[in-house]
Amino acid sequence: MSDENTTSRLLDLAAKRFKKERSTLTADDDMFGKLGIDSFQAMELLTDVEDEFGIEIPDYELKGVTTFSALSAIIGKRL
Amino acid sequence: MISAEKYTSLGELLRDSVIQWKTETALIEANRKQETRRYTYLEVKRAAEPLARRFEDAGVGADSRVAICMGNRAAWPISAYAAFFRGAVLVPIDYKLTAREQLTLLGHCQPQVVVTEWSTYQDWPANSAPIAPHVYVLDAPKGSELPPFVERWEDTPSDRPAPTFVPRARTDQATLVYSSGTSGQPKGCMLSHDNYLEQYRTLIKLFPLVVGDRYFSILPTNHAIDFMCGFIGPFAGGATVVHQRSLRPEFINDSMERFEITHMSVVPLILEAFERRVREKLEDESELAQHVFEGLKQLNAALTVRGPRATVSRRLLKPVHDAFGGHLKVLFCGGAYVDRARAQYFYDLGIPVVIGYGLTEAGTVLTVNDLKPFRPDTVGTTLEGVELEIRNESEDGVGEVWVKSRTVFMGYLGEPELTREAIVDGWLRTGDVGWLDAAGHLHLVGRSKNMIVTPGGKNIYPEDVEGAFEGLDVEEFVVVSSGYVWPGGKIADEMLVLVARDPKAGVDLLAEVTAKNQRLVDFKRVRGVLVWDDEFPRTASMKVKRDVFAQQLRGARQRSAVVMLGES
Repeated sequence: MSDENTTSRLLDLAAKRFKKERSTLTADDDMFGKLGIDSFQAMELLTDVEDEFGIEIPDYELKGVTTFSALSAIIGKRL
Repeated sequence: MISAEKYTSLGELLRDSVIQWKTETALIEANRKQETRRYTYLEVKRAAEPLARRFEDAGVGADSRVAICMGNRAAWPISAYAAFFRGAVLVPIDYKLTAREQLTLLGHCQPQVVVTEWSTYQDWPANSAPIAPHVYVLDAPKGSELPPFVERWEDTPSDRPAPTFVPRARTDQATLVYSSGTSGQPKGCMLSHDNYLEQYRTLIKLFPLVVGDRYFSILPTNHAIDFMCGFIGPFAGGATVVHQRSLRPEFINDSMERFEITHMSVVPLILEAFERRVREKLEDESELAQHVFEGLKQLNAALTVRGPRATVSRRLLKPVHDAFGGHLKVLFCGGAYVDRARAQYFYDLGIPVVIGYGLTEAGTVLTVNDLKPFRPDTVGTTLEGVELEIRNESEDGVGEVWVKSRTVFMGYLGEPELTREAIVDGWLRTGDVGWLDAAGHLHLVGRSKNMIVTPGGKNIYPEDVEGAFEGLDVEEFVVVSSGYVWPGGKIADEMLVLVARDPKAGVDLLAEVTAKNQRLVDFKRVRGVLVWDDEFPRTASMKVKRDVFAQQLRGARQRSAVVMLGES
């Protein structure tokens, strides 16, 4: 389940890591397109997420995930 | 090192290797930042042979198919060895494919046994017909409800008699490998034991893997390069294979250091990630430090112009080498077109990037750069035993690459027609286009199907042009031939079209493309641009699936949607 608070914290992290204006990011954005990153950089974001939320997400869960809201749902499942 | 000549099958070679190297470390498994499991060769034998017995009890024998569909981990080579022990044909399936694609391939090859892992298995529909008579799943939680044909991999009984070894002849089939670079229809390449043993024999002469070497296996093991360099090669030589569950760059770097990695295979995308990390590190340094670094890099390049000298490079550029763990001997790179500037960058840093060229239909590699001297502009010279000819060449010597070698595959499963098209009089038509220079180095310029012919009669290959657009401010881009995407027009109207995904806000894409176009001679320039929103379909080795993508483009856009660049 994706909740607004989780998504918002996720967007904060993404903006910080990839030096983007926070206000330009929305939940339904395609992470790769909006941030201009490749799959390796996306995995770096995953590490920030784990530190922030105190959870562990295996790489393979990122398979098929492209939007922030989808990633947020994966985080939500583990909180 | 175990010599390939005296064996008739991979099973035989592996069976000897686990005895020969019994006290050496065969496999290390790491989970993120720590080692989780280590196997000596004797322990591999003790894990694999009961599994071979289980396969035997499940009816696996000569020519039965055993499919493996999971990420890189110790259970991969252990299960593969067990399959070869029973004389089975191994079918490595890419774990990165979607569930639907995996099931299509499994349906196509009809294996007797499938070995997979929980994270993959869970994506497969639960109540469908059996995927195979026997499915063994790793990591399935104890007590999970499984259909009758599915069992936990870990529940291999230990009280069964020893398995019976099934000998195979050199000409017998060893694997069925689905080649990635092609159309939606599954194409299963049948490779023989001789294909592999011969490949091992010639490759290992150039790049031996021996006791004390540690190979970091990060490309999927179903990939030909990793299968040879991360399984057969190290086993035969008593080297160690390191597997890691996470492929995040920081964990890769940690592991390279922790396990003192000496060998590794990568695809250009990973090379790019490495370069970014080196550059980011440098940006944090003071300007003076950056100057010193640049000077050292040039000095190193001068000192190693005739061939790599690991100790010189390591001393001069210690911080960079530390980032790669400090022990790297060889970084194999293949699988797609390598950017020559990037290869040169790493070589100047003293990281020997070995560029090779091969295709599933011809074993692991056909040509390889032997670093004597380093050539970033070619894919190297032929391996021993490989005959290579350029056929149907144009005036400037460019033509289709044909090869003859003992490593050329047996054919496509159930596709005699396709096989006849691929193998003509014992020669494999690779479908790749290139030319040979005076030193016998092969230069690749593209694929034979995706190309344009200019009004002046010149053949232009989109892949050959893409390098000029490196650094374009978009998510990803690809150059295609309009005739390939929208067939049926006049040849004279064909042009190169750059398809770009998600240009960054505020970027004048047309102006950027126009500017970069100037790097190309006029007849090679891109004439049109198309913006595309979805991620490009890519193979496991990160090549754009051009045929699939062409279909997607054709389905979604008219040719008239291409924005033409103004003449400049």
